[in-house]
Amino acid sequence: MTDRFANDGYLGRRSVIELGARARAFALLDEGSASELCGPFDRIESPWLSAQGLVPQSDDGMVVVKGRLAGHACLVVAVEGGFHGGGVGEVGGAKASTALSLAAADSAEGRTTPAVLFLESGGVRLQEGTLGLNAIAEICDALLVLRPRAPVIGVVAGPIGAFGGMGIVAGLCTRLIVTREARIGLNGPEAIEVEAGVQEFDSCDRALVWAVDGGTQRYRTGLADALVSDSIDDVRHSVITAIAAGVPTRHRSEQLDTLHARLDGLVEIDPADLGPRWGTQFGDLPPLDLASVPWPPADGT
Amino acid sequence: MSDRGSAWIQALAAGDVQRVEGSLLVADCRLGDDIARLLCVVEDSTSPYLRARRGEVGVRESLVVAGAVRAAAADGMPVVSVVDVPSQAYGRLEETLGLHLVVAAAVDAYAGARLAGLPVVALIVGSAISGGFLAHGLMAGHVVAFDGPGVEVQVMKRRTAARITRRSVADLERLGYQLAPHSYDVARWATLGHCDRLVAVSDPAAPTATEVAHVREALVTGVGQARRAPRELSSRLDAAAAATARAASIRARARIRDQWF
Repeated sequence: MTDRFANDGYLGRRSVIELGARARAFALLDEGSASELCGPFDRIESPWLSAQGLVPQSDDGMVVVKGRLAGHACLVVAVEGGFHGGGVGEVGGAKASTALSLAAADSAEGRTTPAVLFLESGGVRLQEGTLGLNAIAEICDALLVLRPRAPVIGVVAGPIGAFGGMGIVAGLCTRLIVTREARIGLNGPEAIEVEAGVQEFDSCDRALVWAVDGGTQRYRTGLADALVSDSIDDVRHSVITAIAAGVPTRHRSEQLDTLHARLDGLVEIDPADLGPRWGTQFGDLPPLDLASVPWPPADGT
Repeated sequence: MSDRGSAWIQALAAGDVQRVEGSLLVADCRLGDDIARLLCVVEDSTSPYLRARRGEVGVRESLVVAGAVRAAAADGMPVVSVVDVPSQAYGRLEETLGLHLVVAAAVDAYAGARLAGLPVVALIVGSAISGGFLAHGLMAGHVVAFDGPGVEVQVMKRRTAARITRRSVADLERLGYQLAPHSYDVARWATLGHCDRLVAVSDPAAPTATEVAHVREALVTGVGQARRAPRELSSRLDAAAAATARAASIRARARIRDQWF
């Protein structure tokens, strides 16, 4: 039976959310160009999980793929949200930071290599303690070495989102692309509920969670650059556009004046009032214009 | 929480200690031939941010730290972060305001100063936990920690970590004895290769003149080493201690490098 919706807009889309980390990376890059580095067959697993009665995974939940995007060299680092909630451990962290450092070294030598990060993570993998915390520091550092040389594009598709250390990583990205299923924050709702009580944050209240952390809210308040549908085609278009927009003069995390102006004296706010107050423009960061890159591309890439 | 932070900043400072935006202590300190900028996040029981009154790093703290680090870097001064942070601020308001980005601004400022070649040294005098430590201390190029009571480096407070990972606090404490990344003992944490020097201090809340002199000497050495060391944090994986503690990371790094094209 032919599916009459097969090529019909949203229903015919290829979902990103439904793809695992590896499939996301390969779907993003040009067909036939992608190759995984330190993949599952290299069998480097976390040495800490089995000691705690937990099952490790041969890719440690971090997928590093190099290839071409719209014909240009590109690194993709995709976190596997299905493995320990995307928690960053020792091995996965080393894979990500090493790859970002190599992209930075190539970019410095004229072989510009932007990076795309599929962030799907609760943050540090708590089972690996301070090694996970340090892994985040090293990822942030390698990202910051690459960022002035080539764009680092964060994609938060959902369903997990980017929290904890990976929320910080999202904050450092040159550009951030989200779907409405995305969530971005520092402390996840459950962590706040445990620390501060249910009256501070009811982690079961999904409307509240998305009102605060949701992709739509982050886009509306200028903390993300593009709000796209859950479709590989739309994500690909927005990532290519974001890379084409290049390295801005000042990234969000460098604009202390903008942060000061936005936060000034704000000690009580309904999330719904924040969009109108802050707007989608973040200081002098040029808005991302998706119409600037024609889509679908004429040459079929 | 922050008594020891302010005790140490007072002990090391040359001249006045300023309190900026309620929760950041700023002072200058002579370290050998350098004048370094000391920064310490402390309690502010009157902070309008209710979830950041006990020394937690919230939006205001992250922003003021980022600004102070950038100002010191603009003056070409070494930065010393005096660290006693219980955590980042856990609050609905903080998340609404995008605390992840403001902490990123602090991380960016510290990394930027170090990558520009300035010595950035962390002095852990108490708690160094989670996002609070990432925002203030962990991005340093050289890390000095006190080996003494009440000093601990942790990924998250025990109770929270237990609940999130569905384990009991007793289980976590048992793990702390077995596995160095979970250890509540700073000397064992130091075996992971993220710590450049441990300084024995009998009571970190009450510095003695001998201890202050000893710590000052450790900071002078630290600034010197930070100045000569590779600028990028990836060098932590080359630390002698990392060869055993992070052997799997070293293998993963080698594999990625070999397969890079």
